[in-house]
Amino acid sequence: MLSIKNLHALAGEKQVLHGLDLEVGAGEVHAIMGPNGSGKSTLAQVLAGREGYTVTGGSVTYKGKDLLSLSPEERAREGVFLAFQYPVEIPGVNNVYLLKAGLNAIRKHRGESEMDAFEFLTLVREKMKLMQMDESFLNRGVNEGFSGGEKKRNEILQMAVLEPSLALLDETDSGLDIDALRVVANGVNSLRSPDRAIVLVTHYQRLLDYIEPDHVHVLSGGKIIKSGDKSLALELEKRGYDWVKQEAAA
Amino acid sequence: MASNPQTDPTLEALVAQKYRHGFVTDIESDTVPPGLDEDVIRLISRKKGEPQFMLDWRLRAYRHWLTMKEPHWAHLRIQPIDYQSISYYSAPKPKTDAPKSLEEVDPKLLETYDKLGIPLHERARLAGVAVDAVFDSVSVATTFKERLNKAGVIFCSFSEAVQKHPELIEKYLGSVVPHTDNYFAALNSAVFTDGSFVFVPKGVRCPMELSTYFRINAAKTGQFERTLIVAEENSHVSYLEGCTAPMRDENQLHAAVVELVALEGAQIKYSTVQNWYPGDENGVGGIYNFVTKRGECRGANSKISWTQVETGSAITWKYPSCILTGDNSVGEFYSVAVANNYQQADTGTKMIHIGKNTRSTIVSKGISAGHGQNAYRGLVKVLPSAINARNFTQCDSLLMGDKCGAHTFPYMEVRTPTASVEHEATTSKIGDDQLFYCLSRGISEEDAVNMIVNGFCKAVFKELPMEFAVEAQNLLAVSLEGSVG
Ligand SMILES: Nc1ncnc2c1ncn2[C@@H]1O[C@H](COP(=O)(O)OP(=O)(O)OP(=O)(O)O)[C@@H](O)[C@H]1O
Ligand SMILES: [Mg+2]
Repeated sequence: MLSIKNLHALAGEKQVLHGLDLEVGAGEVHAIMGPNGSGKSTLAQVLAGREGYTVTGGSVTYKGKDLLSLSPEERAREGVFLAFQYPVEIPGVNNVYLLKAGLNAIRKHRGESEMDAFEFLTLVREKMKLMQMDESFLNRGVNEGFSGGEKKRNEILQMAVLEPSLALLDETDSGLDIDALRVVANGVNSLRSPDRAIVLVTHYQRLLDYIEPDHVHVLSGGKIIKSGDKSLALELEKRGYDWVKQEAAA
Repeated sequence: MASNPQTDPTLEALVAQKYRHGFVTDIESDTVPPGLDEDVIRLISRKKGEPQFMLDWRLRAYRHWLTMKEPHWAHLRIQPIDYQSISYYSAPKPKTDAPKSLEEVDPKLLETYDKLGIPLHERARLAGVAVDAVFDSVSVATTFKERLNKAGVIFCSFSEAVQKHPELIEKYLGSVVPHTDNYFAALNSAVFTDGSFVFVPKGVRCPMELSTYFRINAAKTGQFERTLIVAEENSHVSYLEGCTAPMRDENQLHAAVVELVALEGAQIKYSTVQNWYPGDENGVGGIYNFVTKRGECRGANSKISWTQVETGSAITWKYPSCILTGDNSVGEFYSVAVANNYQQADTGTKMIHIGKNTRSTIVSKGISAGHGQNAYRGLVKVLPSAINARNFTQCDSLLMGDKCGAHTFPYMEVRTPTASVEHEATTSKIGDDQLFYCLSRGISEEDAVNMIVNGFCKAVFKELPMEFAVEAQNLLAVSLEGSVG
């Protein structure tokens, strides 16, 4: 599904990714862990196509296409979804209006008919129930005045509605209370399917208790320096990152 | 920011433009040659068959105008206007060069209508297709007039009102905007040729929105338009001015005057969508729009509310204002002003608190894009008599790109300790992160910009009558097309 080869990229002026390789197959869940500032969010932004993040080398192939040649909105329409580490507020723009516009743009791209307001509301209500979100969020501005945890939940609501093929979740677990963590994990798990892939960026094992990853990677200094199965996450939790870095340097 | 006006060739072209259509050689007997003096004013008044009081009033205004100086504004780049090159009277005549059907209309104009979502049956009228070809509007207008008659509402052209209701005109004309008020108001008072008149009698709630669109005998009123709306005790009226379709006009200078009078318990809601030709993307062409709009809440418990969406004109200068004379009266001003390309907008409001417990609300949203310059200028004046007066002002600017500008000039003059005056102002750039957030959900850049801008303007749009609000959103989208990216 996703094949990243020797990726080099700048965040602003700063070289952050230094030759990153990652292979993600359909149906797989990958967890990316790593110290603060190691480049995890940069990777996510590069994959989503954000301006200000410049690829200086390497390639990214998604579903057989050159992902880097697509505009951000084309990537979204092709099924790439990024749940932001810091979701932005857009005052005055209705939360579900934005979601409906996104969904219909994606459906149009796929050659499907646009959803009318009624069908759409039925769908959103169902997904909001899954995310245990109050109906009042239907009428609020995009993330406007949402608490930290509510913003994260809203990201997963969007994901549940847009049903992407490749979901990139950047620290969606940060800032969630214990119950919310379970709800969000539930939302993510409900999306798991043989034709979808999920890449989770996280600092904590507790998310992985709920969403079991097939692969765990350590990103440090702009590269994947170690990969393993879910037991790697447990080991990192116990021992931290220093031993991995030393191993990689040796 | 603004470049040096002396070196800007586009402005010279802009000024030169006004002469392009010049004066047709086969001058019809009903067209006065360019120039302004007392004889021209007498001629206008005679042609219109006006009573003596009107002529006297015009002449007083003219004589006063001669003593006045053209105003200057720090934030407007403007070339001098040659008042002697304007023709001040031209009798309404059938347009012989009007297109006979939509097929003859400029396809580019039709494309814009399409984007604005203007209904098919209206497009012909807007494009200036000869009226007898448009059947719909005639019958609609007739039923409209019948309903108003039944309610006792007078809604007619200013000329008709001068003929049929001279006592009302004499009583109210100039009672809110005196002929001495300002340079452009004085000029308008001397030479205006037509406009609209509305009178809503005591206790009557006007049965429908009044729109300039439906004004019976709506001859082209041109550059000096005059509107007078009088709402008697406990009456209600909502008036819509303008239309979202792009208006081209060969007159470069527009100096209109609008006066509103609300007697005790009356409510007037005045909504404007202004979309005159702003000039092209290089700042060439475009209309200078200098308007004096003022309402007086003359009676206790009355209310006047101005809502405006200003996207057109090369230069816009207007400050719809409220004089809150009656106790407990309420003034409101909601505004969205767009300055794109080389447009300059200098708008705002004045709220003059005179009566006790008077309240005013100001919500101004300025959007600047391209090289556009947007200025908000507001005055809140609370006189000693205005015990417990309250004002709330919110003034937000949105910048798109880095060549445009926003300026805010709030003036407060509070002369009673019991008043409360609150002011909030923000300036934000259309956020890259907001834009990217929308893109990453599959939304196109154009739609994303529209969404963010409309969100920014929401507080104003919700004050507009329903259909107007939808049109205004589309209009904003068209006005800002291609201004990001
Ligand atoms: N636009 C930018 N301009 C300059 N430096 C940047 C920019 N964006 C990120 N950086 C820097 O690049 C490095 C990697 O940032 P990134 O956000 O990818 O880290 P991260 O792994 O997601 O960290 P965290 O775990 O704290 O979220 C950091 O040192 C950060 O300061
Ligand atoms: Mg991060």
